[in-house]
Amino acid sequence: MSARLTIISEIEQVAKDQNKTLRPLTDDLELLESGLDSLCFAILVARLEDKVGYDPFTMSDDIEFPVTLGEFISVYDNVKLAA
Amino acid sequence: MSSSRPETLRRALVLAGTPTESYLSDGVRTIPLREALETSRLGGTRDSLAGRSVLLAVDTQFEAALALIELDGLARRIVLLPPDVKSQQLPAIVRDAEIDAIVCTAPEAFEALGPETVVFQVDVAVPVMPPDTSLATEWLMLTSGTTGDPKLAIHTLGGLTGAIPLLPDAVSRPRWATFYDIRRYGGLQIFLRAMFCGGNLVLSRPGEPVADHLERLSQADVTHVSGTPSHWRRVMMTKAAIGFNPSYVRLSGEIADQPILDGLRAAFPAASIGHAYASTEAGVGFDVNDGLEGFPASYLDAPRNGVEMRIQDGCLQIRSGRMASAYAGRPDLPLVGADGWVDTGDMVEVIDGRCHFRGRRSGVINVGGLKVHPEEIETVINRHAAVRQAKVKPRKSPIIGNIVVADVVLADGTHDADQVKRNIIELCAASLPTHKVPALVNIVSSIEMTAGGKVSRQHA
Repeated sequence: MSARLTIISEIEQVAKDQNKTLRPLTDDLELLESGLDSLCFAILVARLEDKVGYDPFTMSDDIEFPVTLGEFISVYDNVKLAA
Repeated sequence: MSSSRPETLRRALVLAGTPTESYLSDGVRTIPLREALETSRLGGTRDSLAGRSVLLAVDTQFEAALALIELDGLARRIVLLPPDVKSQQLPAIVRDAEIDAIVCTAPEAFEALGPETVVFQVDVAVPVMPPDTSLATEWLMLTSGTTGDPKLAIHTLGGLTGAIPLLPDAVSRPRWATFYDIRRYGGLQIFLRAMFCGGNLVLSRPGEPVADHLERLSQADVTHVSGTPSHWRRVMMTKAAIGFNPSYVRLSGEIADQPILDGLRAAFPAASIGHAYASTEAGVGFDVNDGLEGFPASYLDAPRNGVEMRIQDGCLQIRSGRMASAYAGRPDLPLVGADGWVDTGDMVEVIDGRCHFRGRRSGVINVGGLKVHPEEIETVINRHAAVRQAKVKPRKSPIIGNIVVADVVLADGTHDADQVKRNIIELCAASLPTHKVPALVNIVSSIEMTAGGKVSRQHA
């Protein structure tokens, strides 16, 4: 199963907690345009780590931070597949 | 005024009258203070300690209290060794304080250090005459820093007791207790208060469970009790607190926020509740008794009870006759600034005529370049009715360096922890800037406390 549902639901929660207005969450949405700032992403990654058990961005040195939401989700999916 | 203050602990006990009913107790043993004045437990060696630098390394607070009564005015200096000091720290203490005698209960643990050991035997009391000497003994207190060699702040009895009113409360004869160890600054204040006011003191025993300790305080009808906010939160989490009925509740050593003051007010409706500011280096600063957190900004305007205060770069500084004079053996490490002020390291913000403590300067968490005091967030979380205690700490983030997360202890019988977690985040979001809102809230069963009774903050 894709991490998609978990990620989308956590993004919505972070936006609510941080009082941010989200753009529609499509795969080609650029993260910088999503309405979330870097603090929001830091919170998101920490919460996802507690939910799914890993933080893909600290597991490997060569992962670049994704540009779009679709890429963000696939980073999580790829780690899961590799595991 | 100052010339009329007792110059030794022994003299203070005599002046306070030490009525036969005044005593020192740890529940197992009770010794009338009058007897403590008229006997020695140093195996006939008391007078040989005159003018020496003594490391007081006995096992219990009870023994330490009795030994202090014997040694003050006799020894050149006394180092009060708290129970949690590690053996590898002892050589530096012996060196820096120029120790030449060690008063202890278990000499084998100290013989390798070099100085002569003298065994303190609480059960072998020999009648003695008062000593001939009356020195202004130096009292050396270990600072509560967690890293490196401990520092030894040099005090005198006059400085340590400068905030204590001399009039004995003959009517009520307060019965004091403290959750601190009397070999730390906060606990020593209570020991000295009890001794200077002809009162009684009930001490805790090593490793005694909180519930048993409270039960004992209730049975002894203790009236005046002192501890850190962390100590008091622990008390309020204990069922034995029901039926415990002190008339004076005192907090010091950590920030006393509004939720803990209100919580204590609700738990002990008949008690006066006060918080005090003191540190091992700066001495006793002030007391606040209006039930509100922080202190009036007017305290900064003029010296109060011999204490001057100012805020420099957001940090509280103090100048008074109650400060420590220096760190023993560390001329490289000035305790007092060139202009005579001690920097406390406690950050203060003035809002509407009130000074609020924000946290330790050394404990600041950097969230994406913004400074966060964990204590400020804890104060907000503590307002939640289901929260008994909170600790905010950094969590490393590959994106912005750190984020803040909270560990929270919930009240017994709290249902739906997930809902409480959500509520806590909402509560913080409603009253704090976004970078101070905890990213995650973890429900934990307890929060670690240091030996000094403070929330343990290892990251600092």
